[in-house]
Amino acid sequence: MAIQFTLNGAPQAVDVNPNMPLLWVLRDTLGMTGTKFGCGMALCGACTVHIDGEATRSCVTPISTVSGKKVTTIEGLSPDRSHPVQKAWIDIDVPQCGYCQSGQIMSAAALLSKNTKPSDSDIDDAMKGNICRCGTYQRIRQAIHRAAQLHDAPAKAAKLGAHEIEEQALSAETVEVGGAA
Amino acid sequence: MSAGTTMRVDRRSFLKTSAAGATGLVIGFYLPGRFEALAATPADSAAPAALNAWMRIGTDNSVTIVIDKSEMGQGILTALCMIAAEELECDWKKIRTEFAPAAKEYFNPAFGTQGTGGSSSVRSSWDPMRKAGAAARDMLIQAAAQKWGVEKTTCRAENSMVVHEATKRKLTYGSLVEAAAKLPVPADVPLKDPKQFHVIGKSTKRLDTPDKVNGQAEFGIDVRRPGMLYAVVARCPVFGGKVASFDATKAKAVPGVKDVIQISRGIAVVADSTWTAMQGRRALDVKWDEGANANVSSDSISKLFAERTSQPGVEARKEGDAAASLAGVASKIEAVYEAPFLSHATMEPQNCTADVRADRCDVWAPTQFQTIAQGTAARISGLKPEAVFIHTTFLGGGFGRRAAPDFVIEAVETSKAMGAPVKVTWSREDDMQHDFYRPASYARLAGGLNADGWPVAWTTRVACPSIMNAFFPGSVKNNLDPTSVEGVENLPYSIPNILVDYQLTETGIPVGFWRSVGNSQNGFFSECFMDELAAAGKKDPYEFRRRFLDKAPRHLGVLELAAQKAGWDKPLPAGRFRGIAVLFAFESYGAQVIEISVNRSQRTLKVHRVVCAVDVGRVVNPSTIVAQSESAVVYGLTAALHDAITISRGRVEQTNFNNYPMVRMNEMPVIEVHIVPSEEKPTGSGELSVPPVAPALCNAIFAATGKRIRHMPIRPEDLA
Repeated sequence: MAIQFTLNGAPQAVDVNPNMPLLWVLRDTLGMTGTKFGCGMALCGACTVHIDGEATRSCVTPISTVSGKKVTTIEGLSPDRSHPVQKAWIDIDVPQCGYCQSGQIMSAAALLSKNTKPSDSDIDDAMKGNICRCGTYQRIRQAIHRAAQLHDAPAKAAKLGAHEIEEQALSAETVEVGGAA
Repeated sequence: MSAGTTMRVDRRSFLKTSAAGATGLVIGFYLPGRFEALAATPADSAAPAALNAWMRIGTDNSVTIVIDKSEMGQGILTALCMIAAEELECDWKKIRTEFAPAAKEYFNPAFGTQGTGGSSSVRSSWDPMRKAGAAARDMLIQAAAQKWGVEKTTCRAENSMVVHEATKRKLTYGSLVEAAAKLPVPADVPLKDPKQFHVIGKSTKRLDTPDKVNGQAEFGIDVRRPGMLYAVVARCPVFGGKVASFDATKAKAVPGVKDVIQISRGIAVVADSTWTAMQGRRALDVKWDEGANANVSSDSISKLFAERTSQPGVEARKEGDAAASLAGVASKIEAVYEAPFLSHATMEPQNCTADVRADRCDVWAPTQFQTIAQGTAARISGLKPEAVFIHTTFLGGGFGRRAAPDFVIEAVETSKAMGAPVKVTWSREDDMQHDFYRPASYARLAGGLNADGWPVAWTTRVACPSIMNAFFPGSVKNNLDPTSVEGVENLPYSIPNILVDYQLTETGIPVGFWRSVGNSQNGFFSECFMDELAAAGKKDPYEFRRRFLDKAPRHLGVLELAAQKAGWDKPLPAGRFRGIAVLFAFESYGAQVIEISVNRSQRTLKVHRVVCAVDVGRVVNPSTIVAQSESAVVYGLTAALHDAITISRGRVEQTNFNNYPMVRMNEMPVIEVHIVPSEEKPTGSGELSVPPVAPALCNAIFAATGKRIRHMPIRPEDLA
């Protein structure tokens, strides 16, 4: 019997083994490959999606438990990379290989939906379930703070041109060659 | 892949163009030469007449840069575009990229195959990309000058347009490409004076970021083909073992399992989804012939190393007479250091998709070595290499793991047997237990100090398995694998008597290139032992190193920069301690100062701050150098704080991130990266900042506790 749920705002029905994890339903059954497989044991966070607004590891979530719920994946976070977390990720140039970043972004978005001004230790708590083997953590932290700013004061941020945001983002770090910082 | 490999950039090369009809101007390279003969796998891929492009300029003004390196996070896609755009003088917003096919034209002179590794990408592409961009620019200017009937020298290129200064006339590149494509390719177009650079050296946002924030970037594991089947492979848990027998009855009974077949590397379970294939594998009954390694353990390997290092090895470096000097020194310090096997743990587990047909074979792979993948697929499919098409995807991390073609073998064999496109996906457990590991290594070190506490002799004897024997058979001469001793053989200190020797010791455990290769363990050995000598001589570890870097100005430069930025001359707050290390790797220079605190009763450690100084020659994208340095520090910290791959009964004991943990957000120190300004040629940066981490950290722990740590990873009892 088909399992019905809401996927990125639209109704979705799938007829699969009820034990099949949501991750594999998304990736193999529905062809939505933005959500990644990393460990299969909820240890790395690469598969993070939102279920009814909560950051959830889809690799250990049987599809049967999703019945009737609202699922948001990276593809549904915004239609045009306009979510404050995505904008901040672009401003700060966070991704390296990029593989874990769908999960990082979904965890960060869930954090900011509940806590609009997270402290560094809030960020540690919310993000420590997401491994980045490229070690982009420093930029992730910066980007979450920036997303909080964008979230908080979209009007203020809009006054800055894209170029200024870029300048700000890149100068937020020690990038000057031989800089006297 | 060898870190010590010197790039052969002086080879002859020439440019070709092709008028590609309406597509515009295509600039390509044909690199003739000797390194073809060095290919580990024959890859007679490129028909001689075919022109493999480096850049294409379209009538629509688009500029397509062909990326012949694998983008695995290091930012090479953007760097190559920056190098090309600098000379081409094109509009940055008009740039598109595509990954190159497998072809000889893209051979990396570092290896004699098409490949990405050894921090060689910018080094190997710097000259060809600049020359290609400059030639295209010159031809576009020539085309405009002809059209206007003016002297070429009165025109210049700017932002994808040719401008005639005197009359202020302008023509877009798109309107010139068809005329330009008919011109001969100029030989030796002068390259820009670096003083004129306006792209190279400026922090530039990565071109691949937008697709990496909405799930759109396609990694190997994301590939989907019409009619594709999904497979997982059961492999013998003991290295070198094989299938004795198997019963597929229960596996085939799992709904959705299509077939269960034996392939060279184990048993492939093929199904209608990855998860179903995993369920099928769980139900599979396999008996393994465990082979010769069934009794190998980490202990037996360590004993073997100890035994082998009791005898002299092959000399890797000899200066003066270290043995005689050590016999007469005022004080002699001896130590044994060990480092474990390590897994790469790329976030994207290994995978590959293949579609083998009668007349062609397509392979979609997150590979670092395209022509090796091509040669491998050709052999298995029975097709000629030119009928094998390698489609390189984004790589979800590489770190050297994806140099091996094991995942390609599995996908091609399975697709061939099934007569359908097949994606083979590895679980995390597969990935961790069937890696090509950073070699475990064992080193006996001795140093001699004179009466004033200054070093006069240094010896190191290393025992470890050879990576080059495994990956480039025949390249190891006289049992000396340079990767096994890099990081100690090139000790920069002007100590008069030095002996480094090596006992090549195979263990039965597969080894491979792991980010920073031999430097990862030898840097730990040599820079911790240098600290031991400084302490024995009652000297400040920074000043001690400085004094003996008198013939190594670039080492000295990064050491001084790191110390200055870290405030080495200023006291630390109570409870804080620091350590320092400096190393040469991949033609570059790196130094770090790491600041920590230790809670000795809790046996815990906090890393507060890592000050990183790098000299990588001329910098293409400073933002990327910073990102790569931060990345490498985290990679090094994970190894130092957490990980070992241990062996029991010939098997890897670790399975997943619960017992092979990674540094996470809550353990992140502040990392500061400082770049030495340089006009030298660009050199490697992706791996450079891994090796200084372990020694700087352990030297800081010594400062805190007075205890030396001579093994990896750091254990709680080391902090007591």
